[in-house]
This record gives sequence, C-alpha cells and structure tokens, in this order.
Amino acid sequence: MDKKLEKIIQALQNNFGATVEEFRDEAHVFVKVNQIVDALTLLRDKHEFELLSTMTAVDYWPQQSPRFHLIYQLTSLAQNLSVQLRVPLNGDQPKVPTATRVYQVANWREREAWDMFGIEFEGHPDPRSILLADDQEGHPLRKDFPLGYEEPQFSFNFDEIGLHKPEPKE
Amino acid sequence: MGIEQKLGNMGVVTTTLENTVNWARTGAMWPMLFGLACCAIEMMSAQAAHYDMSRFGMELMRASPRQSDLMIVAGRVSKKMGPVLRRLYDQMPEPKWVIAMGDCASCGGVFNNYAIFQGVDEVVPVDIYIAGCPPRPEALIHGVMTLHEKVRTEKFKDLAKG
Repeated sequence: MDKKLEKIIQALQNNFGATVEEFRDEAHVFVKVNQIVDALTLLRDKHEFELLSTMTAVDYWPQQSPRFHLIYQLTSLAQNLSVQLRVPLNGDQPKVPTATRVYQVANWREREAWDMFGIEFEGHPDPRSILLADDQEGHPLRKDFPLGYEEPQFSFNFDEIGLHKPEPKE
Repeated sequence: MGIEQKLGNMGVVTTTLENTVNWARTGAMWPMLFGLACCAIEMMSAQAAHYDMSRFGMELMRASPRQSDLMIVAGRVSKKMGPVLRRLYDQMPEPKWVIAMGDCASCGGVFNNYAIFQGVDEVVPVDIYIAGCPPRPEALIHGVMTLHEKVRTEKFKDLAKG
C-alpha cells in the first residue's frame, strides 16, 4: 500500500476503530453505519479526498451476514490516491444517514441504491426512484429477487408458453 | 378519416378512390423520430445519403407525433418508457402505422429480464416486424416497402368506424 495511504488508513483506524482489508494495492476500510458521515467528512476535509467516484452496494445473501455492503469509493486527485469505504448493513430495509451534505454527487447514487437494493437514506432531499418504473415492486438487484425472464417459445413448448404471453395490443 | 366514414363501400368509385388514397399515403409517409437505442443508428444511416429513404417518400422525420404517420420503434423499450411510448402513439393522428425495428422491439431481443418489454407489441399494435440486431439499412428499407404493400391493399371499409 502506498505510504501516504497508510497514514490515512491509520488515522481512520484511530478515530473510528475501522478494520482494513487489502487486495493487491487497494484498501477496503470497514466502518459502521453511525460513523460513515464523520469518516467521509474527515477524509474530505483533512485528507483532500475531493471526489466521491462512485457509491454502490453489494448483496451477499445468503453466503454472508450482514448481507449488504454499501461501498463508497473516494479519490484524491491532489495526492493520486483512492480508498474504498465499506459499510456492512443487515436487515430488510437498512437505514443509513445520507452523504449528500458531504458529497453532492451522492444524491443520485443513493436514489439508485434505494431503487435497486432497498437501502433507505435518512435526510435525503429527494428520495424517489430513479431507474425503475413507478409501479415496480421489490428491489431487483437483491439476490432473492426472481430473475424475471420469459421462457423462450420454441416449437416444442409453443402452446404452453402461448397461454401466458400477453396479447398483442390493438 | 372523413372519406372512410362518408363513403364506405360504393363499388367502382370506391376502388379507384382507395387506390388513389393509398398511393398518396405511401408516397409521403413521414416517420416519427423514435430511435431509442442502437437501432436508431441504423435508422439514421438509412435516412442518410448512402441508403436514402427519401426516395421512398420519407423525406424527413418529424419529431412531433402530431405531424407524422409512421412510428418506427427502433430499440429496446424499458418498463419506464412504456407509458411514454403509448402516450406518443395515442397522440399520432389516424391513419398511423407502427414498425417494430430490430430484435428488441419485436421480441425483447437479448434482454430477457424484468426491466425490458418483451416485444413492443405489448404496448402498441405493430404492423411490420423487422428482424436483426441491428437490421441493416437495407432491411429497414425492405420493411418499409412491405409496409407500403400492406397499405396499398387496405380497404376503406376496414378503416371506417361505425
């Protein structure tokens, strides 16, 4: 790991008791839900991480618990570093404080995380769905959401699929 | 349209009139710009100089549904776009036709999942389906010629309501 990055990770560990995992030369820092906004503020103000490159979530059900990992990828253009913060979350509708006050770009990312995973963000100024239709139920990127595909209609199952196909509109 | 409602079925007079009206309709059928995804590129290149669609009457593409006759749905339609598509189709004045261009508009294409309509005929009634991913501009022109043949065989009594 980069020398400068080591100091920053050390600061995070001291302040928040965070655990670190390394993969090649990336650093993944695990923080808790109630510490995430403070950690982001610290990194932005003191350590010059100006850019929230991306914010997504991963669902590890049923292999791991806690099931969701919320991932914040921060980049420092001044120092040419990047660090990844992970927040493990559990439960059906986990609640996380919003990061929009720290990084404005998190606005749409959090809407996408709500839409696809069902992670709620407290204090978000505009909690609407962003990618899916309004009447979509469920959260598609969870591992227990059904795939939602349609069986291809070949000649051997032509009739039985034909029973369920929606009628062509008139 | 007024002619259908007033005339109906009057023998020789109607036949000649039908031929004329259908010829006029195929001669200048203006498509509506509805390129959604990759098939839009092929539609644009069919409209451009090399494979010219203006030779078949599609001189320009109207962005407004109120001024177009033909809707070429080029590309995949997501569930979020469905109501928009239906609204634009409803805003087109009669007579109107729909071409489903490409695999995604005909049957969902490669995208067999929760977010894409498996065929745009779940939303609007389709006259011509064109296969291909994307269909070559010549395939689109062939589809348009087939639509012209279909329009030439249309009869007034099928279009008259009441």
